[in-house]
Formats: sequence, structure tokens, C-alpha cells
Amino acid sequence: MATSSERSPPPFPDSEDQDVLETEEVGGRDSDEDDGDDLFMSTSNPPLTGMDSILSPTIEPSNVLIKPPVDLMDDPLFEPVSIQTANTPSSKVMSDHSDDFVDLTNNITDSPDEEDTAESPVAHPEEDKTEIPLDEPAEEFEDIFGSETEAPQEEVVEADVTVEETPTDKVEEDRSVTVPPVDGKTGSDEEGEAIETSTDPIINLGADLRAVETEQPPPASQAFVDPLEDLLSEVSPAAETQQPPPASVTFADPLVDVIIDDSPPAETQELPPASVTFADPLVDVIIDDSPPAETQEPPRASDTFADPLVDVIIDDSPPAETQEPPRASGTFADPLVDVIIDDSPPAETQEPPRASEAFFDPLEDLLSAVSPATETQQPPPASKTFSDPLVDLLSGAASAAEAKIATPATVDLFDEEGSDFFTEAWQTKPAKQQKSLFGEADEDLFGEPLGATSKKADSTPAEPADLFSEEAVATVPIVKNTSAASSKTNGVHSEEDMDIFAEATVELSLDSPREERKKDVTVAPSTSAAPPLSAAASLVKPQAAALEELEEEEEQEDTFEILVSVKDPEKVGDGMNAYMGYKVTTQTQMPMFRNKTFTVRRRFSDFLGLYEKLSEKHGPNGFIVPPPPEKSILGMTKVKVGKDDSSAADFVERRRAALERYLQRVVNHPSLLQDPDVREFLERDELPRATSTQALSGAGFLKMINKATDAVSKMTIKMNESDVWFEEKLQEVESSDQHFRKLHALVESLVVHRKELSLNTAGFAKSTAMLGSAEDNTALSRALSQLAEVEDKMEQLHQDQAANDTFSFAELIADYIRLLGAVRGSFDHRMKAWQRWQDAQTALQKKRETEAKLLWANKPDKLQLAKEEIAEWEAKVTQYERDFERVSATVRKEVVRFEKEKARNCKREIINYLECLLQSQQQLIKYWEAFLPEAKAIA
Amino acid sequence: MTSTIDESNKEKMRSVSVDLNHDASLLIDIPDALCERDKVKFTVHTKTTLSSFQKPDFSVPRQHEDFIWLHDTLVETEDYAGLIIPPAPPKPDFESPREKMHKLGEGEATMTKEEYSKMKQELEAEYLAVFKKTVQVHEVFLQRVSSHPMLSKDRNFQIFLEYDQDLTVRRKNAKEMFGGFFKNMVKSADEVLISGIKEVDEFFEQEKTFLLDYYSKIKDSTAKAEKMTRSHKNIADDYIHISATLNTLAADDSTANKKHLEKLSDLFEKLRKVEGRVASDEELKLTELLRYYMRDIQAAKDLLYRRARALVDYENSNKALDKARLKSKDIPQAEEHQQQCLHKFDKLSESGKKELTSFKGRRVVAFRKNLIEMAELEIKHAKNNVTLLQGCIELLKSN
Repeated sequence: MATSSERSPPPFPDSEDQDVLETEEVGGRDSDEDDGDDLFMSTSNPPLTGMDSILSPTIEPSNVLIKPPVDLMDDPLFEPVSIQTANTPSSKVMSDHSDDFVDLTNNITDSPDEEDTAESPVAHPEEDKTEIPLDEPAEEFEDIFGSETEAPQEEVVEADVTVEETPTDKVEEDRSVTVPPVDGKTGSDEEGEAIETSTDPIINLGADLRAVETEQPPPASQAFVDPLEDLLSEVSPAAETQQPPPASVTFADPLVDVIIDDSPPAETQELPPASVTFADPLVDVIIDDSPPAETQEPPRASDTFADPLVDVIIDDSPPAETQEPPRASGTFADPLVDVIIDDSPPAETQEPPRASEAFFDPLEDLLSAVSPATETQQPPPASKTFSDPLVDLLSGAASAAEAKIATPATVDLFDEEGSDFFTEAWQTKPAKQQKSLFGEADEDLFGEPLGATSKKADSTPAEPADLFSEEAVATVPIVKNTSAASSKTNGVHSEEDMDIFAEATVELSLDSPREERKKDVTVAPSTSAAPPLSAAASLVKPQAAALEELEEEEEQEDTFEILVSVKDPEKVGDGMNAYMGYKVTTQTQMPMFRNKTFTVRRRFSDFLGLYEKLSEKHGPNGFIVPPPPEKSILGMTKVKVGKDDSSAADFVERRRAALERYLQRVVNHPSLLQDPDVREFLERDELPRATSTQALSGAGFLKMINKATDAVSKMTIKMNESDVWFEEKLQEVESSDQHFRKLHALVESLVVHRKELSLNTAGFAKSTAMLGSAEDNTALSRALSQLAEVEDKMEQLHQDQAANDTFSFAELIADYIRLLGAVRGSFDHRMKAWQRWQDAQTALQKKRETEAKLLWANKPDKLQLAKEEIAEWEAKVTQYERDFERVSATVRKEVVRFEKEKARNCKREIINYLECLLQSQQQLIKYWEAFLPEAKAIA
Repeated sequence: MTSTIDESNKEKMRSVSVDLNHDASLLIDIPDALCERDKVKFTVHTKTTLSSFQKPDFSVPRQHEDFIWLHDTLVETEDYAGLIIPPAPPKPDFESPREKMHKLGEGEATMTKEEYSKMKQELEAEYLAVFKKTVQVHEVFLQRVSSHPMLSKDRNFQIFLEYDQDLTVRRKNAKEMFGGFFKNMVKSADEVLISGIKEVDEFFEQEKTFLLDYYSKIKDSTAKAEKMTRSHKNIADDYIHISATLNTLAADDSTANKKHLEKLSDLFEKLRKVEGRVASDEELKLTELLRYYMRDIQAAKDLLYRRARALVDYENSNKALDKARLKSKDIPQAEEHQQQCLHKFDKLSESGKKELTSFKGRRVVAFRKNLIEMAELEIKHAKNNVTLLQGCIELLKSN
């Protein structure tokens, strides 16, 4: 329990605390890593010491297997063979298991990761059988935690559980469950999951067992704790970033499946307690973190995962080294989770054949589609390696024996990884790992990243980030990833993702979350990668220095060849039901549209509806959604009444121009252009009538209420801003908003005065004409009537200039006032995300307190519940924090983009306006020059 | 509030509305003026070769009321009935700029310091312009008197110019004020009464209808021109505020937009100066011209009234003579009176015809001069604007 007590502070304290922790942890972590290195180094040399006693039977096989794997690791092709050989002895079941793993990996993008990890572990076992494994696992766990806080923890817990409880029973249950799905893909997927889970448990068990059994428990626990802390606080591995997302995806699916298919939920819940009982320190630690959360809330787990990835990405290249271990851990974590949930080690034995087949097929498909032969070959090896340990485990004993066996295997795996990592150059390794995990995509991304990188790495990380960010919404992330493809590697990725998802959908049909994903997937394809990329990029580089790069990227992105015009305002209908229809014409060179030019008719409320949709979808993510012109009951009533006076025409023209600018802004926004609603708006002939845009409708009323509550909550939220940049920007935005408003009022008064001048000039012209007619000197009379004419023209000039003031200048300013409102809105969304995070933290804090009380009161039954709740809230906190960071990054990027856009647009408009002024002055010169001889002619 | 006029400005403004035939023998100008609260003290400087003056060169301090006194004595002098008496200068009116200044002080809080100082500058300039205009109209009045062959010999005029002490003209008391008002009423009623009299001379008949028509037209035009120039001035003021606000916006802006806003602010500041000059030139060349001739026509109308009055008197005297002849009583007196009236009327008609003709010529010349000047100024300012705009556009485009 000491560990738990130690641990309690770190995980998710207040933001500030966290920051502190992060820094501390970083340091600690580094040290850990160093230790890890040492350990690994040592492990390779003194392999079998402590572990041998326990693991001896299994270990040997593993060793055998391991050695080839190591080679394999270097040469993927080779590995499979060796592994297979090793496996064959162990048992078919083992092979089945391995298959399952493969399947899982295949199914999910993570699969590659898993495979890699599996491979690596296998390789390691050979070299490091003994104590080293323990250390390594710990490190791995650390890594895992770093990368995926929740997942790792869960895994650990689960592992413990499995160890304690007889795996056989569970396995059997799993079998029953898993077996049913026998059907092609679904069956394979499930099996795959089961396999993964089994492998994971094994690994975990191994680690745990080692820790507990092999005299090393305390260190192990400590190691665990530390890593966890590190992970939670920092969540930093860069390389892992990619892996985690897949892992998360896979995770979610398996979890869901398990729950739905079997009564597993009960199991999962039971397991944690078991684990607790088993190894107190470890369990506690683990429990504190969010195992329950994962089982129940797969998507969230994934979200949390995603965030870590982002973080990793942010860290950039230095982390890469440290990150390698994390990856391994991450992969591990996934399998562990799966195993625990499914309880499938036994199941594997039965399922193996199918699972293996399924696995291989998907993998092959994926790999073949995505990547060259090397990749395809790699996965199988991984599966084999895995299968070997599994086999070992199975052969050894059903329950504890198995667990023990598994541990060796895991140990081996870990050892290998560690050794590989460390023996080989850091840079080269990460790249390899990634490769294996993701196939080509990874290779490209990471291979480049390490050296020259940052950009590509960013792009890849971006995908995960996007995915997860969108997950909050409920969806599309996957799709985005696919779209994200800016480069070849991306394209590869996208394909993989697609396949994975397709499979996932099949698998998940039962699960509701999955279904959502499906939808997302289906929808998502249309959405493009651009937004995610940008978002990811922003996430990657929170530092101010990064902004410049962002800008550069944006400039490249901004060169969209699309032009939208709104023309021909036309009144449709009569009376109060009348409305204005506009012709929206789009000209584009972009391949995403079917035609180069197309025209649709839209009414004003359609524009508003588009905005509603966009702001609902993208607003909470921190995007600045360009606002349309406001509804104007007065102006529209004038139009409806049908008076053909100039003010109605003026109003219509003003609105038409504003709508055009609004649409142009929307399509100029790289992420908004990808929105299906935007394309539908531009392309589709008939749009469903936009509801909820009417000011007096029920929806309108609701909106008003929402606005009011928002305003109130805005006043109540006191955000202690940690980021100076945001603080400054917000102030800047607010003050410029104020000034723009003032300027707008001034320009309006200029317009009024100019109109007055125009009117007065007209009056003078008339009066001069009369005077001229009264004048009895003919020359003077002529001159006076000429003057009257000049003044008449002058009046027209002033009037035009007034219109010019209105359209080019006042409207420009009004646009910016609206846009600044939108900018502030995005700041508000960020604040809301922050508030949610803070709320979750307070809730978590409360839960912790209750736990402490319960602990004091010694009520184990309730304690368990409390722990689960804490884990749940920890997951939420992590997720909300990620959300907040994501939103922050988006807002930052959007604001930079907005400012850039503003500067450019402003300049254009100003020049435009000045040219109008210039013209009118030139005209004025002409008029007076024409008058001059007349004046001189007066005799 | 004290201000002075400098010579160069005055030179530009001199003889804006009237083309005077300068007589080197008597040159009058107002080189300096002092404004103390409501009172404006003009320094009237005279340079002469005439022997009727004791010195060839002298200056005296005069107030607006002294000018009014001079005008009134001229109007009341019987001998000058046949002349168009130059219209009296309007009372100096510094109310509008003062009021604006007051308003500006109240609104100081809502403006930036820069904006406020600019507005203050603008108002001071406006105040100065009003001041100069006031001096100018007073000067023009004296110059017109001095340029008139008969009026320049007036004793009161010479005293006005020469007497080196304060004239301390007695201010009109309430009774006199009322009397003046009553006299005006009577005159108006009389005008209506005598308008029915059959005109014997077609020239005057024509002149009368013309002047009446012209007066109403020019009055209207003056009002419209005033409005127009005022709204032009408003635009110039708007430019100030816009420029200042753009400046504050630019100060807060940290992006590339800053430069654009600054340039735009600069431009508006320059445009505002040009626009302000356009407004004040229109005011000076057009509105002042119209206003002056509106008053001049009023003076001409007064001349016509006096002549018509004389005509009525003559006809009355004719009737009286007829009556006396019927009664054969006091015939010589009646004849004499009738002769007097006839003589007066003839004299009035003769000098009136001359005056009106010269007035016509004077008006045409003044209009020509002012219209040409105004057109030239408009062109000049517009060209200025064009250069400014082009420069700014190029600047913006280049970066």
C-alpha cells in the first residue's frame, strides 16, 4: 500500500501540480530510462538468474524462439520462420493464439504495433530471461503509461487478475464466447482480440508474477508506480504516438466485444479486486489509474490514448529515444487489456486455427495493400513470436504455471525489445519499430522523422490526434486519418485505416460505440485530411516558435482554387412568407467536386443553417467558424413589404455581398471546406429546409436560453490562464473588437454625413439653377446653370462614395466585428473545455477523499467501488485535459490563421476602397475642369 | 481668447467678395484685430494722400458697433439716399465654434488624447477662420465706402478713420432699439403700400422685379451653400475620428495588419486636411460671396425703396399742388414742395440708375472671380487627394 500512497499524489492533481509533476517526472523518467538501459545491458548478459527458477520450462522454449526472433527483428522475414519452428513444439493452440494476435493487430492499426512488440518481446526473452525482464517490464509499463496512461494501468490490473484467478476457467469462458464468432472476419476479429488479450495477460502476468514472486515485487511495483506517474504526468513518447491510437482503437473494440458477447463485464470488474488482493502495491497503483474506465468506456480510453500521442509528438525528436520503450509498452498494454477482458488464453487454444487464419488474412490484406512484402512478412513473425510464448504458457500449466510461463515469454519479449533498442542505435530502432507497427506508413513517417523529421512525424501524429479529437464528437477520427494523407505514407495509412475500420465495423456491429464509429467512418471518408493535419501540427508545437511554421504550412494550404459567388437576389413568394433566394455559383479546380462550375439556389435561412451546422460541429473544437450576416427583421420586412425604395435595395445588396464574403470565407477555410455539409450546400440541388434558424421558433428560443446560460457561466468561470499567449490574444481580440465597433460607428456616421452632403449638394444645385435663371447677365446665368450641373454630378459622386463607404469600408469592419465575435467564441469553447477538465479534477479529488475515508473505515467492498470510480474519473480527467489541450492548440492555430487572413483580406479591401475614392476624386477633377472655362467666360 | 491675424493670410482673403476699384489716394485695411470675449477690436489702418486728413498714415482702434454707427449715419444721410449704401458687416459670431469647443470638452473622455488634440486643433482653426472672416467683412465694408466717390468724402467716415480715441459710440438703448424695430415695420408696411404705385420708369420697374426675385433666390442659395459646406466640414471631422481610431487599432494590432492600418490612418489624416480645406474654400469662395451679395441686394432694394418713397412723395406733392390750386391757397409753397419732391425723385432716379448699373457690373465681376477661384481650388484639392490616394495604394500594394 505504500506504493499506492506514494502514488496517489501524482496522477491527476491540479493543473499546476501536474505541471510540476511533469517536470519532476521527466527527470525521474530519464533516470528510469537510464536504469532501463543498464538493465537491458545487464539482462542480455546475465539472463536466467532469478527468473529461471520459475520460468525454466517455458523459458527455454522462449529462448529458443527468442533468438530467432531477435534475428528476425532485424530481418523480419526470418523471424517468422524461426518463430514458427519454436511454436510448433509448443502446440497448435499456441499458433492459434498467435494467429489471434495477428488478427487483432491486423484488425486494428495497432496490430502492427502489437506485432512489433510481440516480436520484440520474443526476441528479448532469449537473451534476458531473469530479473532483467522484471525491470524491463516495469519500464515498459512506464512507457506504456507514458504513452497511454489508462491502458497500461488497466492492463496491469488485468494481468494480475488473470494470474490469480485460474486463467483456464476464464479461458474456457472466453472460448465459448469466442468460438461462436467463428464466421470469417468477425470471428477472426474476436479471436484476434482474444488472442491479444491473452498475450497481454501473459505478458502482464509475467511481469507481475516476476515482480511478486521473484523476490523483486517491491522494485517492480515501484518501477510500475514511477512509470505510471511519468506516463500520467508526461505522456510523452513521441514514437508511440502512432501506436497508441491504434492500440486504443483495438482496445475499445475488444472491450466492447467482450462485454457484449460474454458476461465479461462482471469478470473484468471482478478481476481488478482479485488483482488487488494479489499484489497489493501493484494492484493499488493500477487500480488508482483507470482500469474500470477502460472496460466500460472504451472510446474514452482511446481518447486518452490519443492525447498521449499528441504529447509525444509535441516533445519532438529527443523523446523519440525514450519513446521506444514506451511503444513496446503500449503494444503490450493493448494485448494485456485484451487478454484480461477476454480471459482468453484458454480460448485461444480452441480458437487458434480460425484466429490465425483470420489474422493472417487481414494482415496480409492490409499489408499487401498498404505496404510491400516485407511488411506482410513481418506480421506473421510477430504472431509467431507471440504464439510461442503463448504456447509455452499453455503447455506449462493452465493457471499459475501458465502465468509464470507467460511471464518469461513476456520477459523475453521485453528483453529483446530493450536489447534491440539499446544495442542498436536509438534512431534506427524507433524507425524499425514503427515500421513493423504500421507497415510502410510508419517507416516513412518515422524513418524520416528521427533525422530530419519533425514535419513528417507531425503529420503522422496528427492523425491520431485528429482521430481522438473527433472521437469526442463521436466519430470520424479514423476517416480523418485516412484523409490526412498528405504524403505517400499518409496514403498508405489511410488505406490501412480504412480496412481496419471496415473490419471493425463488422466486428463491432453489436457494440453501440462501434456503430457510431461506423457511421463516422462512412461519413468521414469525405472529410479531408487537411484539418486534422493542421490540428495535429498545432498540437505538436505549442511553443510560439512553432507558430511560424504553422503559418508557412497554412500558406501552402490556403491556395485553394475555389471561388464562390452569390448573385441574383430574388424575392420568392409574397407577403410575410416571402424570402430572398440567391444564386450560389461555385467555380473550382478542386478534384473533390464533381464539376468545375455549378450553381444552386439557396435562401437566406440555408446560409444560417449551414452556419448552425458548422458551428455545432467545429465550434467546440476551437475552430473559428465564419459567421453569416445577422438576421434583420427590419430590413427583411422592408423587402417583404415590397417597397422599391432604395433602402430595401440597399439592404438586399448589402446582404448579398455579406453572404458572398461569408461563403468565400468558409470555403477558404481548409477544414471547413472538407465538411460534407459545406459541399452539400454548394453542390446539392435541394437542401432540406433549415430549421431552427427562425428567430421566433422554439429552437430560436432555446438558442436564446442557451446564450443566456452561456453568458452567465462565462461570468462565473474564472479561468486562471496558464498560457500567456491566450491571455494576450484574448485581450487583443477584445480591444480590437471594441475599436472596430467604434470605427464602425464612425464610418456609419461618415456615411450619414456623406449622404447629407449629397442631399445638400442636390439642394444647392437646384437653387443655383434657379439663381442662374434669375440672373440677368447671360454669361453669368450660363455659368450659374453650369455650376448647378456640376453640383448635380457632385451629388451623384457623393452618393456613390457613400455607397462605397458602406460596402467597402463599413461592411468590411462589420465583417470583422462578426469574425472577432467568432474568435471570442472559440476562446469561450476553450474555456469551457478547461472548466470541464477542472470540474472533473475536483470530482476526482472528492472521489479520492472518499476512498481515503473508506480505507480508514476499512470497508473493502465499498472501497472497490470507490476505486473504480476514481479510475473512471481519472480517465475523464485525462480525457478532458486532452480535450482542453487539443482545443487550445486548435484555437491557437485558428487565431493565427485568422490574423493572417485578416491582414491579407484587409489590405485587399482597403486598396479596393481607396481605389474607389481615387476614382471619385478623379471624376471630381474632370467636372471642375470642365466648369473652369465657363467661369472664365463670364464677361 | 485672443487671436491676431497675420498679414499674409489677410492678403489672400482680401476683396473676396467685392471687386473694388482701388484708389491709391485712400487705402484702408485692418491689419490686426483683437478679440476679447464678445468684443472684437479692429485696428483700422489708413494710408492716404488726401489733404483732408491730417496725417498720411494712421491707425485707430474700432469696434463692431462703430462700424454699425457709421453705416447707420450713412443710411440716414439724406444726400446718400440715391446710393447703394454698402451693407453693414454682420455681427461677429463666435458662438458656433465656442459651442463646439464646449462640446468637445465634454466628450473628451470618449476620445483618445490624439483624437482630442486633433479635434481641438480643428476647432481652433475653425474659430480662426470665423475670426478672419469677420475681420474681412469689416474691412470690405470700409473699402467699399472708401472706394465710393461720394461716400469717401463723408465727414463721419473721415472721423471714423481719423479720430484716434475710442469713438465710444453710444450703444443703442432699449427705446432706440424698439424704435429701430418699429421703423423697420413701418418701412415694410410702407413698401407694401407703395408697391402699388405705378412705376414711371421701365428700368426701375424691371430692376425691382429682378431684385426681388434675385433676392429670394440668392437667399435660398446661400442657405443651401451653408448647409453644403457644413456637411463637407462634418466629413472632414469624421476623417479625424476614423484616422484616430485606426491608429489605436493599429497600436493594438501585432500582425501584418498593423502596417496597413497605420497607413490608412495616415492617409485619413491627410485626406482630412485636404477635405477640411475644400470645405473652408467652398465656404469662403461660394457661401461668402452669396451671402455678401444677398446683403448687397438688400441695400439695392433699400435704394429702390427710397426712390419709390420719393416718387410717392412727389405724387403726393402733386396732389397737394392741385388742391392748392383749387383753393388758390398756398400755391407757391405747394409748387415749391412739388418741385422739391420732383427734384429729389429725379436725383434719386438718376443716381439710383447709375448705382444699380454699377452694382450689376460689380456683381458679375465678383461672381466670375470667385467661381474661377473656387473651381481652381477644387481642382487643386482633388489633385492633392488623388496624389495622396495613389501614394497610399502604391505603398499598400508594394508590401
